[in-house]
Amino acid sequence: MSGVSGAFWILLKRDLMLAFRHRGELANPLLFFLMIVTLFPLGVSPEPALLSRIAPGVIWIAALLAALFSLESLFRSDFDDGALEQMLLSPHPLPLLVLAKVLAHWLVSGLPMLLLAPLLGIFLAMSSSGIAALELTLAVGTPLLSLIGAIGVALTVGLRRGGVLLTLLIMPLYIPVLIFATNAVTAAAAGMPIAGQLYFLASLLALALSLAPLAIAAALRISVS
Amino acid sequence: MWLFFHKLASPKYFYDISGKFIPWLVALFLLTLAAGLYLGLVVAPPDYQQGDSYRIMFVHVPAAWMSMFIYTFMAVLSGINLIWNIKLADVMVRSSATLGASFTFVALVTGSLWGKPMWGTWWVWDARLTSELILLFLYLGYIALVSAVEDVRTAARAGGVLVLVGVGNIPIIHYSVEWWNTLHQGATVTKMGKPAIHITMLIPLLLMAVSFQVYYFAVVLMRARTEVLDRERRSAWVKEMFGG
Repeated sequence: MSGVSGAFWILLKRDLMLAFRHRGELANPLLFFLMIVTLFPLGVSPEPALLSRIAPGVIWIAALLAALFSLESLFRSDFDDGALEQMLLSPHPLPLLVLAKVLAHWLVSGLPMLLLAPLLGIFLAMSSSGIAALELTLAVGTPLLSLIGAIGVALTVGLRRGGVLLTLLIMPLYIPVLIFATNAVTAAAAGMPIAGQLYFLASLLALALSLAPLAIAAALRISVS
Repeated sequence: MWLFFHKLASPKYFYDISGKFIPWLVALFLLTLAAGLYLGLVVAPPDYQQGDSYRIMFVHVPAAWMSMFIYTFMAVLSGINLIWNIKLADVMVRSSATLGASFTFVALVTGSLWGKPMWGTWWVWDARLTSELILLFLYLGYIALVSAVEDVRTAARAGGVLVLVGVGNIPIIHYSVEWWNTLHQGATVTKMGKPAIHITMLIPLLLMAVSFQVYYFAVVLMRARTEVLDRERRSAWVKEMFGG
């Protein structure tokens, strides 16, 4: 455990530890996710047939919003206390360090969403095959949300009011994820194969995994300079 | 050749030479606009299916082309700015953004006006319309970001990264949306060999496209000149020019 991979694991461990020391904040995006979904039966209609039709879109849009909401603080505290500057100055490749941070963020925000999603599926009267597909798409899709979103966060970290701006920058980039994911869930509920959509999501994930850290690193260097 | 580009990157030289170009560009714009409108609105025959309402195409299609061209152009210039740190490239990107957003908006509005008689509705969630709307969001996101960052150089570099990320995403967005839903008529001009559009309609369309393109270059140069003056307001040559 030395050199580059050592730095990766140390940073991952540090971020996870920091997250668990603020357990209350961990729950906030999840509650947000839960509440947005709860609003739909109240606002639209409690009728199960209608709910199960709109469920994939509702859950995925709530997931997008919750991801954005939790991403906002991704680099915030490191930026405020100067740790981010030390990362930029460190001899280790910045894209790798950034990847560690994004991974830590996904583990504490994306993964819990995966655990919560079946419950929401039951709330919205989804079939069991639909819920299974929802889980699969969330498993591939939420890391994608974290990676793409982190680019926007890196661009806005130096700004005082980055929140709404972040939404403007990132939402358009989330659209393909939303399309493929909800389409897969709808297709699965209708008993159709969903391998194609999943492959698309997976290839997007591979693309983002290889390119997004570079963009995030470049954006951080600009924001902090 | 390289010397020319090198000189062009200096703000003062750019200011002088663009001032000489603008009148010619404006003249060419007016000329092609007049010819395109005359041929399109008077000479070209009505369409056998769509009647006269297809004529909005002469504004709609060039505007849609420009909306895509400008975003690509901005991405190329942002790359130049990020790699070689050329200030002028950034001035051009910044001046292009609002123009690009306006063309996108025009394309959406004219498309909506055309859609009403043809499809019977102002708006459908069709693939091309949706992609164009998302393109508008990308422009607005860029504008919001550069206006939120106070330092001009940082704003330019941050905006540049955003535009490059956006341009990488445009094909993905476009094809995902296309696959999602489409109703729009297919491309009618770029079919190789025999375009699906009659020559009497094609010529005014191309003239209008040239006209829009020239308009863009004329206006972007005007805006860039003002931006250059603003940024260089403390330099000797600007003070000398305005006797301050």
